[in-house]
Amino acid sequence: MLRKFTLTLLAVCCTPYCVPALADEVNIYSARQENLIKPILDIFTERTGVTVNLVTGSADELIQRLTLEGDNSPADMLIAEDVGRLYRAKEAGVLQAVESAAINDIIPAQYRDSEGYWYGLTLRSRVIIYDRARVNPADLSTYADLADPKWDNKICVRSSGNIYNQSLVASMISRNGVEATEAWATGLVANFGRDPQGGDREQISAVAAGQCDLAISNTYYFGGMLKSTNEAERKAAAAVAVFFPDQNGNGAHMNISGAGITKAAKNRDAAVQLMEFLAGEEAQAWYAEVNNEFPVRADVPASEVLQSWGTFKADNLALEELGIHNAEAVRLMDRAGWQ
Amino acid sequence: MINSVDRAPEGALSSLKTGFYSRLPMLGILLLCLLLSVPVLTILTSITSSSDGVWQHLYDTVLGDYVTHSLTLLVGVGLVVLVLGIGPAWLVTMTRFPGSRILEWALVLPLAMPAYIIAYTYTGMLDVGGPLQVWIRETFDVRFGDYWFPNVRSLAGAVAMLSLVLYPYVYLLSRTAFLEQSVCVLEVSRTLGASPWQAFTRVAMPLARPAIIAGLSLVLMETLADYGTVQYFGVSAFTTGIFRTWFGLGSLTAAAQLAAVLLIFILFLVMTEHWSRHKARYHHTSNKYSRLPQIPLTGWKRAAAMIYCILPVLLGFLIPFIQLSLWAVDTWHLVDKDSFFTLFMNSLELASITAIIALLLGVFITYSKRLRPTLPLRGIVRVMGLGYAIPGTVIAVGVLIPFAWFDNTLDGWMREHFDIATGLLLSGTLIAVVFAYLVRFLPVALNTLDAGLGKIKPTMDDVGRSMGLSPLQILRRVHVPLLQGSLLTASLLVFVDVLKELPATLILRPFNFNTLAIRTYELANQERLAEASSSALMIVLAGIIPVIILSKSISRSRPGHDSST
Repeated sequence: MLRKFTLTLLAVCCTPYCVPALADEVNIYSARQENLIKPILDIFTERTGVTVNLVTGSADELIQRLTLEGDNSPADMLIAEDVGRLYRAKEAGVLQAVESAAINDIIPAQYRDSEGYWYGLTLRSRVIIYDRARVNPADLSTYADLADPKWDNKICVRSSGNIYNQSLVASMISRNGVEATEAWATGLVANFGRDPQGGDREQISAVAAGQCDLAISNTYYFGGMLKSTNEAERKAAAAVAVFFPDQNGNGAHMNISGAGITKAAKNRDAAVQLMEFLAGEEAQAWYAEVNNEFPVRADVPASEVLQSWGTFKADNLALEELGIHNAEAVRLMDRAGWQ
Repeated sequence: MINSVDRAPEGALSSLKTGFYSRLPMLGILLLCLLLSVPVLTILTSITSSSDGVWQHLYDTVLGDYVTHSLTLLVGVGLVVLVLGIGPAWLVTMTRFPGSRILEWALVLPLAMPAYIIAYTYTGMLDVGGPLQVWIRETFDVRFGDYWFPNVRSLAGAVAMLSLVLYPYVYLLSRTAFLEQSVCVLEVSRTLGASPWQAFTRVAMPLARPAIIAGLSLVLMETLADYGTVQYFGVSAFTTGIFRTWFGLGSLTAAAQLAAVLLIFILFLVMTEHWSRHKARYHHTSNKYSRLPQIPLTGWKRAAAMIYCILPVLLGFLIPFIQLSLWAVDTWHLVDKDSFFTLFMNSLELASITAIIALLLGVFITYSKRLRPTLPLRGIVRVMGLGYAIPGTVIAVGVLIPFAWFDNTLDGWMREHFDIATGLLLSGTLIAVVFAYLVRFLPVALNTLDAGLGKIKPTMDDVGRSMGLSPLQILRRVHVPLLQGSLLTASLLVFVDVLKELPATLILRPFNFNTLAIRTYELANQERLAEASSSALMIVLAGIIPVIILSKSISRSRPGHDSST
């Protein structure tokens, strides 16, 4: 009796450390913040009985942590909010390839790693937001056009430290090469209406306030402002509109938030199960509604706000390319004087 | 020499033995310091590695900006905190004017306000899309650009934000010094014909120099370590550069080298200041602690003093506090209230544990240094002191590297010999988090205690020893009672600093563990400032109570000071 008790006690105390695999839990390092992921994880737990443990943080730092923890890392899954980071994780050697027919059927090839190291779970586009009163949308056309002197002192965009900007520039490097992209970035910087500062929502506010005519922003930020509980934000959002660039060319720049299974995963099967759940209809609909992102599967509709912007042509560039050219993009932006 | 008493003529062997045993605690302290310096040393040693041309790229493009912006920040914040800190400290200590009693403690309140939160708040109010500018445009029917308005998100804005929340360090420490000063010295200066102003500038200020410098160096180190504010304002400074190099250019080595350059620069500043003091000593020679005379102010002097002392509180605390409260009321229905209590308790728990450990370590380390200021000990304490200037994220990595190495090595060894997998024992636990806090915030405690201990005459130790007290007894019966103010200051500063800490917690914390700072950051990071306000407000509220205790007890800490006043 006593021995049994001692053994149980030992087992309980050591659980987090000594037992390598407990089938009914998944440990996640997530760059998606708690309020944007926890509710759907709770539903997963409810459905399957699998406990989900979560640490949130910035993707780069979580990747660093994974790297240093090595094979003993407790994490089974890494969630990141940009393809650039997922690519860095793959390069850092902290992910493992997964082949799931169920997921591959759902997620279009350009939105996942060709070798199965990471999968896109939600989509967003980086678009132009323009002032309804001062800008005629007929004057807008492509990303390249933003470097045209006619936009002198009229463009607001956040700093080059931001990964979404890095990914946009990386996509241009992939299409047009370094030289042309650097010339473009230099022209764009010359058109800045102010030094880069703040986040995407603030660029939109600055357009509404008249400091700039155009802003570059991710779609969900604008969607969030339109649905905001803050009256001033809704008012600012009402003064501007979305323009999807390059509709006659490659299409609007796309990015993903996504996930990969870690190399050190002790609960690989449960983690794959969770990944399949996140690509499932219920989770996709939830994502679309809560954070105004485009579902990664065609059979789930986007939120009403997003649908109201109409359909658009999305760039079909394989997103791996954004990761491959990320480091070059950062250097290029430094050279172009993009703060 | 203090330990000369040990050397009783009992024969060479026994004196060697006592020598060894009395050195044992010293050795322990030295090892402890070494352990706590590992993250800093990890960064410093990165200097020797190669970084594949990243430096050339940095030098060609952005390094110039990093250096000039960081220097401007340093000089700007340094000057402003001196003005906001020393003046009011002197006025509330030495004079009386309406409200001076309240201002005595209210001047410390901005300490409870994290820099990134005050930055968010002022930006929300003053930005182009903020209520003030919208009001201007609507009322006067003007467009942006037709009127002048300062840009909050600028280098000057960053100087203002950081100064407003950091000046309390200078205020607190210089006030403690003014309170501990001997009236005799001031009286002597007056009888020698000095005006009150001269007594302040030529006697009190120079005597308070170690305390003022201690406060200032905390401010400057915090400024250099700041990432949240400069990043939010889009100012490219050294810290933002470190992150960019690390993640954007993918070179941890070059990033660590940037951090190392920062550290060497600070080390240089600290040493310069130290040498410039030469052999000057700042302890009192008198034991007379009569009550400080407080001069009642009248007329324009009274008004000027009031404005001078109210302004920092108004800008650094009241205005942002009210704005946060308004936002919190506005968004209260959106806030996840269930988890609030847990977040609050987690923050409090971490802050208390760290404060207690930091205080104990701080006392033993500074006292050991006083007893036996050997070169290795002084050197390692200096290195350890640099922790405060390192951005939290860099510290976190400096902690992760040795901890993960230890865990993985132990695990490998145990597997090999006993077939037991120990996994990660320390990484990803609260031990790692608290360790990182200590690396980062112990310097605060050390600085404060050092300044306090430096004011106690060495003869006090000598007297104690001659009366047969052991060093520990002297510490307990002589120094601790005299140091009360500094002890409180040290522990509460650490407490408040931990409450506000974000980046190290973010990286190192275990699963399913969050703090108020993390909740605030996550919402603010999604650009939902208003919703972030309730947790931001909780941090401020949790910090206010210790800050007030701190300020009140400093007033009482003056030896011979009547506690009822």
